Amino acid sequence: MKTILEAKNINKFFEKPVKFHVLKNINFKINKGEFVSIMGKSGCGKSTLLYILSTMDTEYEGELLLNNELITNQTRKQLSYIRNKHIGFVFQFHYLLSDFTVLENVMLPAKKLAEKSHKEIKDDAMQKLTMLNIGHLANKRASRISGGEKQRVAIARALINNPSIIMGDEPTGNLDTQNSENVFNIFKELSTQHGLSLLVVTHDEDFAKKTDRIIQMEDGRIIS
Amino acid sequence: MVNWPVILSIAKTHLFSKIKQTATAALGVTFGIGAYITLVSFMTGMNKMLDDLILNQTPHIHIYNEIEPSKEQPITLYDQFENSVNIIHSIKPKLGQKKIHNALPIIKYLNENKKIKGAIPQIKTQIFYISGNIEIGGNLTGINPIEEAKLFNIGDYIIEGSPEALHNTDNGILLGAGLAKKMSLSVGDRVQISTIKGAVFPLKIVGIYQSGISDIDDIQSFANIKTVQKIMGEAENYITDINVKLFDINYALPLSKKIEQQFDLKAIDVNTANAQFETGTTIRNIITYAVSITLLIVAGFGIYNILNMLIYEKMNDIAILKATGFSGEDVQLIFMSMAVLIGLIGGLLGLIVGFGLSHIIDNVPFKTQALPTIETFPVNFNAWFYLIGISFAMISTFLAGYLPSNKAKKIDPVHIIRGQ
Repeated sequence: MKTILEAKNINKFFEKPVKFHVLKNINFKINKGEFVSIMGKSGCGKSTLLYILSTMDTEYEGELLLNNELITNQTRKQLSYIRNKHIGFVFQFHYLLSDFTVLENVMLPAKKLAEKSHKEIKDDAMQKLTMLNIGHLANKRASRISGGEKQRVAIARALINNPSIIMGDEPTGNLDTQNSENVFNIFKELSTQHGLSLLVVTHDEDFAKKTDRIIQMEDGRIIS
Repeated sequence: MVNWPVILSIAKTHLFSKIKQTATAALGVTFGIGAYITLVSFMTGMNKMLDDLILNQTPHIHIYNEIEPSKEQPITLYDQFENSVNIIHSIKPKLGQKKIHNALPIIKYLNENKKIKGAIPQIKTQIFYISGNIEIGGNLTGINPIEEAKLFNIGDYIIEGSPEALHNTDNGILLGAGLAKKMSLSVGDRVQISTIKGAVFPLKIVGIYQSGISDIDDIQSFANIKTVQKIMGEAENYITDINVKLFDINYALPLSKKIEQQFDLKAIDVNTANAQFETGTTIRNIITYAVSITLLIVAGFGIYNILNMLIYEKMNDIAILKATGFSGEDVQLIFMSMAVLIGLIGGLLGLIVGFGLSHIIDNVPFKTQALPTIETFPVNFNAWFYLIGISFAMISTFLAGYLPSNKAKKIDPVHIIRGQ
């Protein structure tokens, strides 16, 4: 099985307000096509871990490998490129650019990557939106659609550059049961049918139980 | 590699989604630049007019025989008192003639100099204007009207008649406006003048001269050189003054020194004769630029403020952009291009506003006795002002955008995403 993401001996300290050891010797691997969830109590460091894995937080000790390539200590510019090309994000609070249309929101990361023509990007974006059953919202402003719809737009945006892995920080935390179900089904489908790796931080036990593997965290350590 | 189309399209969307703020910021620049253009055009136009007022009619070098005591008194030439201290009381000016010796060859010589636009002779003399049994003291200057009009714009100050009319009338006179009023004379009348020696001549008034300075207009008149020579009973080579106009005024001082040495005459350059005028010009220019720069800086702070606010509002957007793969530099460029776009649009509008206002001022009637040739407010339409204006708009918005955008570049996306 091909390894997508690997963490080796990750340690992280918070300096403020007092020195605090947040993450202690984190080691794990995520394989291609695997749907993994991270669970744990508030403050156990699971979000902190996610932001380190996502390359946005660079102040840690240890090594991080994406597609078997070391990404620790790369420059910020290179990390931006890695996020752009290989990692897709879904946050708890949907985080769309409210001044742009749904379609533009989805297209932006691909435009930044600039590997395809404008026309191809647009077709891709429309295809992703249609896949998630929100094609009809394409030309609406991102601020004018409902919460569940926003989350699906965020998923479409995460998918636009065909990333190696999708990361979610409580993607269903803000949604009602039905929408949560929807989002889970979309994730599941991406993992089984498109062979995409997923790493989701969640509080929702029902959601976690349905995933392939649960990483349980407590006090900065992986306990199972 | 910078992906400009994407960055610009994001900047554009931000600008248009907050159109009111954008417009306010751009208007700040517009008013700053517009006011700068208007002010600087008007002020320099005014300055130029005031300078011209003096420079147009003033010779760059004025050559004449000064009445002054000899620099070397006879005693200093006597060897035996060489090491003594000599004190001489009641020194009198040296007796000499008023006329310039060999004036005509000197004029010819000066006119051959390539730096000199023209050197023309004048005769200055005191006379009395006779009106009934009243005698009014005054000056009569003998000129060559055509040359005088060409080099020193005397035509601008003749409010009735023309230099040609004087040239064509043998015993004609251009009477000062104040004199004409005092003696109730007008063009076509005759005026009697008397020389200091007592000879009386009737002269025909062919024009009225008004310099704008009433002290001069009350005493000054002009006639042809030949007429004055005739009145004074002098020969054709009797010349008291030579006025020189140069192509480059900066050459006046060295040339005047050279002439003084070469011909043993007094030669005064325009800056020495009108030292106060240069000081005035410099101070007015300083004021103009101080005010303009203040205006532009105020506009710059406006942009800084609005961009700063915009960045606080767009924190989320910045975090998303960074999370989805835009680098800090990309985000900075987005905000910088917003600032520069505001500067460009505001600046261009400012140029138009400035041009419009200058144009309006240029058409406002402005009549004053002192300046017979001026009919509207003077405005200097100089392309340089517009170039400076737009450059300053761009530079100040660039700087005003730099600091906030630098902050946006450094924003940590994790901090914002987790903070919510």
